[in-house]
Amino acid sequence: MTGKRHWGMGMAGLLGWRNLAHDRSRFVVTLTGIVFAVVLFTMQVGLFLGFQDSTTTIIRHTGADLWVLGKGARNFEITLPIQERELYLVRSVPGVERAEPLIVQFVPWKKPGGGDESVIVVGFDLNSGLAGPWGLVAGDAAELRRPATVAIDTLFADKLGVPGAGEGKEATVEINGHRARIVAMTQGIRSFTTSPWVFTSLRTAFDLTGFNEDRSNYVIAKVAAGADVTAVRDSLRAILPRCDVYASEEFAAMTRDYWMFTTGAGASVLVSAVLGLLVGAVIVAQVLYATTVDHLAEFGTLRAMGAPSAFIYKVILGQAVISAVLGHVLGIAVSLLVAKGSEAGAAVILVPLPLAGSLFGVTLAMCVGASLVSIRKAMTIDPAMVFQR
Amino acid sequence: MPMDVPMVEVEGAGMVYGTGEAAVRALDGVDLAVRRGEMLALVGPSGSGKTTLLMILGCLLRPSAGEVRVDGAPVAGLAPAVLGALRLSRMGFIFQGYNLFPALTALENVQLALDLKGRDLDEGADLLHRVGLGARLNSYPRQLSGGEKQRVAVARALAGEPGIILADEPTAALDTANGLGVVELLHELAQAGRAVVVVTHDPRVAGLADRIVRIQDGRIAA
Repeated sequence: MTGKRHWGMGMAGLLGWRNLAHDRSRFVVTLTGIVFAVVLFTMQVGLFLGFQDSTTTIIRHTGADLWVLGKGARNFEITLPIQERELYLVRSVPGVERAEPLIVQFVPWKKPGGGDESVIVVGFDLNSGLAGPWGLVAGDAAELRRPATVAIDTLFADKLGVPGAGEGKEATVEINGHRARIVAMTQGIRSFTTSPWVFTSLRTAFDLTGFNEDRSNYVIAKVAAGADVTAVRDSLRAILPRCDVYASEEFAAMTRDYWMFTTGAGASVLVSAVLGLLVGAVIVAQVLYATTVDHLAEFGTLRAMGAPSAFIYKVILGQAVISAVLGHVLGIAVSLLVAKGSEAGAAVILVPLPLAGSLFGVTLAMCVGASLVSIRKAMTIDPAMVFQR
Repeated sequence: MPMDVPMVEVEGAGMVYGTGEAAVRALDGVDLAVRRGEMLALVGPSGSGKTTLLMILGCLLRPSAGEVRVDGAPVAGLAPAVLGALRLSRMGFIFQGYNLFPALTALENVQLALDLKGRDLDEGADLLHRVGLGARLNSYPRQLSGGEKQRVAVARALAGEPGIILADEPTAALDTANGLGVVELLHELAQAGRAVVVVTHDPRVAGLADRIVRIQDGRIAA
């Protein structure tokens, strides 16, 4: 067989495409439905990923390889203090290059204009290079060496009642009954608990949290070059029976799982993502079913002419694939724009490219699945209907 | 196939729609054979059973009684997919409402039929030239007159050179001039060796037919 093949689509593909695109307004409605569905579930999944990311943001940025904490803690934010002797024990283990205490504690923040907020003080050793703030956009982290100084994130400046902080305006605040000065501002350090992070030196953290100097929430450790993290972790577990010891990835996973799967907060985001997927699937099913039903008479003509079932499958599945490709490309483009816009907000929506790629499989499955419903309708048409109009 | 074997025939064909008290007998004991080179007009009042007989001849409807043979072979035991393949290879249909694909051009409508029959798509333009539409290849059905649409339908029915052409009221929606053009075209197809069956109320069609079969109350009238 020779002859024009319509860009390799064959006549079935051409008919599928033309059925979709021929009626422009109908096509816009169909595409809008699919784009809406794609945006809906991409946003929900992106929100879930964003929340998930925010649960471990500090752990991932500390640069520590190992975490030592009180027995039984299940997340980063809430742990019981451990004693200073644990710090020295950690330092004594071969393979540990350095180990420092870390304080993480919820305390009240009195807003300059009145009212209180809960914040999480993160007190770290300025000389260790571990656990300091990142993404500085104003001020200088070195200023944290001065007593009673803190760094906060611009995302939470309004919430904490210091909207001008970091823009050359001196901001003095009251944290847990102690005065402190904001000397640096970060950008994009989010908190899953909605309590903003307040970074400060270990020395100031003792004052702000009321911790005794022989206590901390964590001992974080960096292993020496060439040392095996797992082996060092096991050595630490052996000599610290009153503590839990985790590699960073383990601790991040435990914290993430705790917030995302054992609390109502994470579960609700997860349920929203699943609902987004279901609602999207229903929307896609409806618009594609309507597209097929609009052309039932033509499928009847095809069947009367003697077109094999495979040809009709190709037409309808072709419509589904074309709809999926166009809907997904447009939907992801819109989602990326929304995700970009969310970067300035407290709740970030993450749409990494692998997610965008893998969600194409979801879009395709939704479109093809919806088409399978309409295929049954097309295949059960009585071909004699063409003579009965 | 011997020349004297009818291209399509029915013997004792009966058709009952519905069951019990609601049953309607649309066709009753009809014998009819259509031969090569013959244009046959099925005429009769509305509801007489003409279209039912056409659907049975076209293997679109299984009769309640009797037998259908295409090229001498009975089709009763054939599966729907095989019947579809038989229609595709041996028959071309022309519908009263044209039944063109509105999203495809005239040429693409014909090429679709060629594609289904595994033929070269380039034949599409030739077929449209044959029905006098060489200048309207890229026009969509909405851009064509009724007569032109029916000519596209004729060209589509001719795709793959089927031996049997079945037409249902092909001139019903056309004015006099366009209707006459389509009738002459169907007559030419019969003269070229096809079996052409036309259901019609149009005396122009009946006037050009080689044989007129009158259906009355589901039976062939004497």
